[in-house]
Amino acid sequence: MTHAIIEVGKLVKTFGVNPVLRGLDLDVPRGQFLTLLGPNGSGKTTLLRILAALARPTSGTVRIGGWDLPAEASQVRAQLGVVSHLPLLYDTLTATENLMFFARLYDLPAGERGDRIEAVLRRVGLWRRANDVVQTYSRGMQQRLAIARAILHDPAVLLLDEPYTGLDQDAAALLDELLREVAIAGRTVLMTTHDLRRGHALADRIAILSRGKIAFDRLTDEVEADTLPALYTDVTGTVTTR
Amino acid sequence: MSASAEHTQSEAQVQAAASPRRRAMTPYLRTVGAIVWKDLRAEIRSRELINSMILFTLMTVLVFSLALELDADARQNIVAGVLWVTIVFAGILGLGRSLASEKDRGSLDALLLAPIARSALFFGKMIGNLLFVLVIAFVLLLLLTVLFNVTLFKPYLVLMVLLGSIGFTTVGTLLSSMTVHARARETLLPILLLPVVLPILISAVRASTGILDEMPSEDWMPWVQLLAIADVIFLVASYALFDFVVEE
Repeated sequence: MTHAIIEVGKLVKTFGVNPVLRGLDLDVPRGQFLTLLGPNGSGKTTLLRILAALARPTSGTVRIGGWDLPAEASQVRAQLGVVSHLPLLYDTLTATENLMFFARLYDLPAGERGDRIEAVLRRVGLWRRANDVVQTYSRGMQQRLAIARAILHDPAVLLLDEPYTGLDQDAAALLDELLREVAIAGRTVLMTTHDLRRGHALADRIAILSRGKIAFDRLTDEVEADTLPALYTDVTGTVTTR
Repeated sequence: MSASAEHTQSEAQVQAAASPRRRAMTPYLRTVGAIVWKDLRAEIRSRELINSMILFTLMTVLVFSLALELDADARQNIVAGVLWVTIVFAGILGLGRSLASEKDRGSLDALLLAPIARSALFFGKMIGNLLFVLVIAFVLLLLLTVLFNVTLFKPYLVLMVLLGSIGFTTVGTLLSSMTVHARARETLLPILLLPVVLPILISAVRASTGILDEMPSEDWMPWVQLLAIADVIFLVASYALFDFVVEE
């Protein structure tokens, strides 16, 4: 039996009197790539922010790698990498300076930082632009650097919140390739997206979040990509164009 | 140039370069140092904050200097007030942008995602802000010395500038982190900040006036002590409160 690295039980999150997550249950086994689909306002980003220890749950349990949130948030943060639609980088610093800063925040040993930074920059194809300031990068390059930042400390879990937002076709294809390789390396990946086909192509498992709960949950082998849009409409009551 | 063409390292090599060691939380001083290093590095390159703060300082001192040109006594009497009012308002320009720029580009989330003590994040930002305010204070002391013809580089006055700046940037950094999510944060910050820093401002002006007028030290030393106590209170309160301020 595969042990779950992400365990969420009866998770509730309300903002004021508005419930966003309504008793959500979700387990993600170690090494699995899970794509989480759902319309705007269904609670995808809220769920990811709670998993990333950026927001507190109203009630329910959240464990990542055996550590409880929010009580053991530091231990959880040390094993997470997060990529969102914003690159979360400093545009007046170079790629190397950005990664050196985060290497210090994640307490990578001083003697290993240089090698590690070179390795991840080569990994995302930005080594030749390592000493250019980030504001000279295209949107796609910034997103690749965001992935370099996210895997710099070799996290066990990657949380990706709509990482394709604003990317053109070529940049999105490069990101596909990169995410596949990152996932193949044995990391657990949880990605939210509105792109049904891409989500299906990359993932081992697909879940649909609707009205604050997991309304659909299958392995991708059990779902035909062509039937996914109709299935999505049935589950959420909304139509998707992708 | 495609990313794949430049991929020269396999995932195994990338993971081999990673340290197997995993500490729950990054050491405190190392975190503070990293944040200060990043803020200084970014500011040296962009000069976004320091240029606007220096320009504001220059304009303010020139306006006071020209307005009081014919009255040497008046200039002598108000120099401490001009010094502190300019430090506070120029400082607000920097404090307002320091965390707001992190929030706008999303990098505040990146900082909060790291396994670091929240208070270390506070002290990193606060020390960065303090260094910018001290640069402004140094420029201001130079300008006032030249334009007001008053010697301001006195050891006790420099100490007062340091103590006052510590208190001001401590409160300012805490309040700017509280207002960073607000829509009207640019107007909200001064409205909240000025009443809170009033004890610091009054102590600093009184002590600075006493030092400049060469009064006996027993006349102005209580103000220095009050300022030092206020600094300690604000530092401890910020250390205790910052966790709750950034919690969502």
